[in-house]
Amino acid sequence: MFAYIVRRLAYAVPILVGVNLVTFVLFFVVNSPDDMARMQLGAKRVTPEAIAKWKAERGYDKPLVWNAEAPGLEKLTRTIFFEKSVRLFVFDFGFSEDRRDIGREIAARMWPSLALAVPVFLVGLAVCVSFALLLAFFRATYLDFWGVVLCVAMMSISTLFYIIGGQYVFSKLWRLVPISGYAEGPDALKFLVLPVAIGVVAGIGASTRWYRTIFLEEMGREYVRTARAKGLAESAVLFGHVLRNALIPILTGVVAVIPLLFLGSLLMESFFGIPGLGSYTIDAIQAQDFAVVRAMVFVGSVLYIVGLILTDLSYTLVDPRIRFD
Amino acid sequence: MPVVLVTDLLLWLLVAVGIGYARYCARRPHLAAPWARVFRRPAAVAASVVLAAYLVVALADSLHYRPALAQGGAGARAYSVEVLSLLDALLPALRTRSEKTYSAPLATRSYAKEQVELPGGGIARDYPRLRWGGAHLADESEWAADVARRVAQGLGVAAALIGLAALATRRLRRRRPEVPWQAGFWTFAALAALACPAFALAQGYHVLGTDKVGNDVFYLALKSVRTSLVIGTVTTLVLLPVGVALGIMAGYFRGWVDDAIQYVYTTLNSIPGVLLIAASVLMMQVVMDRHPEWFATAAERADAKLLVLCVILGFTSWTGLARLLRGEALKLSQLEYIQAAHALGVTHARILSRHILPNVAHIVIIALVMDFSGLVLAEAVLSYVGVGVDPSTSSFGTMINAARLEMSREPPVWWTLATAFAFMLVLVLAANLFADAVRDGFDPRVRVAAAGAGVR
Repeated sequence: MFAYIVRRLAYAVPILVGVNLVTFVLFFVVNSPDDMARMQLGAKRVTPEAIAKWKAERGYDKPLVWNAEAPGLEKLTRTIFFEKSVRLFVFDFGFSEDRRDIGREIAARMWPSLALAVPVFLVGLAVCVSFALLLAFFRATYLDFWGVVLCVAMMSISTLFYIIGGQYVFSKLWRLVPISGYAEGPDALKFLVLPVAIGVVAGIGASTRWYRTIFLEEMGREYVRTARAKGLAESAVLFGHVLRNALIPILTGVVAVIPLLFLGSLLMESFFGIPGLGSYTIDAIQAQDFAVVRAMVFVGSVLYIVGLILTDLSYTLVDPRIRFD
Repeated sequence: MPVVLVTDLLLWLLVAVGIGYARYCARRPHLAAPWARVFRRPAAVAASVVLAAYLVVALADSLHYRPALAQGGAGARAYSVEVLSLLDALLPALRTRSEKTYSAPLATRSYAKEQVELPGGGIARDYPRLRWGGAHLADESEWAADVARRVAQGLGVAAALIGLAALATRRLRRRRPEVPWQAGFWTFAALAALACPAFALAQGYHVLGTDKVGNDVFYLALKSVRTSLVIGTVTTLVLLPVGVALGIMAGYFRGWVDDAIQYVYTTLNSIPGVLLIAASVLMMQVVMDRHPEWFATAAERADAKLLVLCVILGFTSWTGLARLLRGEALKLSQLEYIQAAHALGVTHARILSRHILPNVAHIVIIALVMDFSGLVLAEAVLSYVGVGVDPSTSSFGTMINAARLEMSREPPVWWTLATAFAFMLVLVLAANLFADAVRDGFDPRVRVAAAGAGVR
């Protein structure tokens, strides 16, 4: 098991190198640092001196991958590639456009993101599984049919409408909760109720439909027939047998997204003014702060790979037949 | 002077390919059978009527030209820099009659108060009459009667259309009794009953109000249809070749080819979707800003941006399809008939194109229709993030983005949001229902992760 985890972590390295290369090509080769400087400085203040100063301040004044002027090993290290891309591997993200330490910023903004994403994830899972179980219990009836229709309709609505509509009705019209904002500690609750509810509702359609097919698949199996044949009530079959077996594919399916909860939700956070990583990313995209975007790309891919490893591990935990060799 | 935008060309090309494919299938029973299963479902028939209506609007909006400027002298004719489409030509009332600012649906007076001169001299603050909306009314008390008269006129036209459709349905039912034509008929009737009064009212009013700069919201929504369809379909044009080629090659060749392709798609997948798209779009924007000489008109520039967005969305969302096809090709390559072809000395290229590709085609079709709704939804989010279409291109994303601030006005400007909501819901719902029917008709076991899933 331990050897397997180590091997999987080793596999992750080339992927992270690949991610780094992609971001490097996107940010430094397609556009030279001169272009970035021009964009950040704006049309009015572009002089060659201003561009040179901007580049020097941010360390973009070095060659891309090969510094012919530097001595010895520094030919490789005193380059943009080494300083901006390779340093990401030790989680040294450098500074954002407003001269703040990106690493520290990420560590601080992680918590509001989690405060929103974790309840959305847990409540959403519980709601969707129960709703799907209900539909599976009433399978092939009108309730099931209209339930599925409702799911498809809910899937067809953009998250943006849920957010704008929810904010309008609950915050502006009925004034139940503040429109946006965030506070530390228990005060955060009143700011989080609405985003969590909207996050759950927005996810119901797709997840419920998926879980319902898993339940129905599971209900067609032999052990269900056996359980019915020995005279168990339908509810006992459903909760005692089907639910427990169906949770295996459901849980192994959702494990992959758990690490990504750290990244928060772009839309939710920016609409509700929650100072998490999602709003950090969206602000960086809109301000064209490439250092932050680069850092978030790297963090995101690390978390994705962790998710892949956790998924594989969760298969062994729930199914002893799978072994790692 | 006709103007051919690249996305126009691609959209028409796709329509031609679609018609060609339909004719090809119709002559081959084994290809027509799954489609016959699809169209045995009422939901699929109803959805395809809705989709066809959207497609007609989008195609009418995809024939562009530059109008000739009226000029005295003969010889060199001057053309306006403004690029118009057939849709604009059909609906001149909607395009040109813009107000100063917001106005509610069917309103005769503006949303905002202004200084107006009273007839008897002096100035008061009041809601001024609109320049176009209800301007033909001498007295506003005639408003209700006028609206009712126009709705009735529209319904009259609708009734005629519905009657024609009923006749067509009867003939079609006799020819093909197994298809639930009724569902399609009722959908058409509902569409006609909504659209005809809307167009009748649009001659004298702003049916769905006006936006901040006074443009007709109904017109904006109609223009947005094309943007959505272009993103939903042209993207798949990029996604398909990459996803299909890499997917079946990985599954068929295995070994280092498989490793390399898997490495590429795991790497691409591991970058959060929005960030990869945002980074690519930002970079392309810088490139385009640096080369203003590439584009003759603003419309061509906006169109190039739309195309770039499609290409970027395509290159970031082929991974799901490739993974699916890899698994299927892996299974197929073990089967006897492939082994036999191999033993007979058939080349790899021929095995791939003659034996593997036709046997994964159903997955490709399912993925294609399932991706559509995801891409339409993704466009809205990307436009909100600020990396979507050009601000001058009307799209549901830019409409929602504008509506965000309008809802906090007092009284709220709800009509832009409601219009975008209704148009998008109908489009995506129809696409989802159609995709479900296609999946059930072709292979109910396939589970496709929709493209753009990471963006929503």
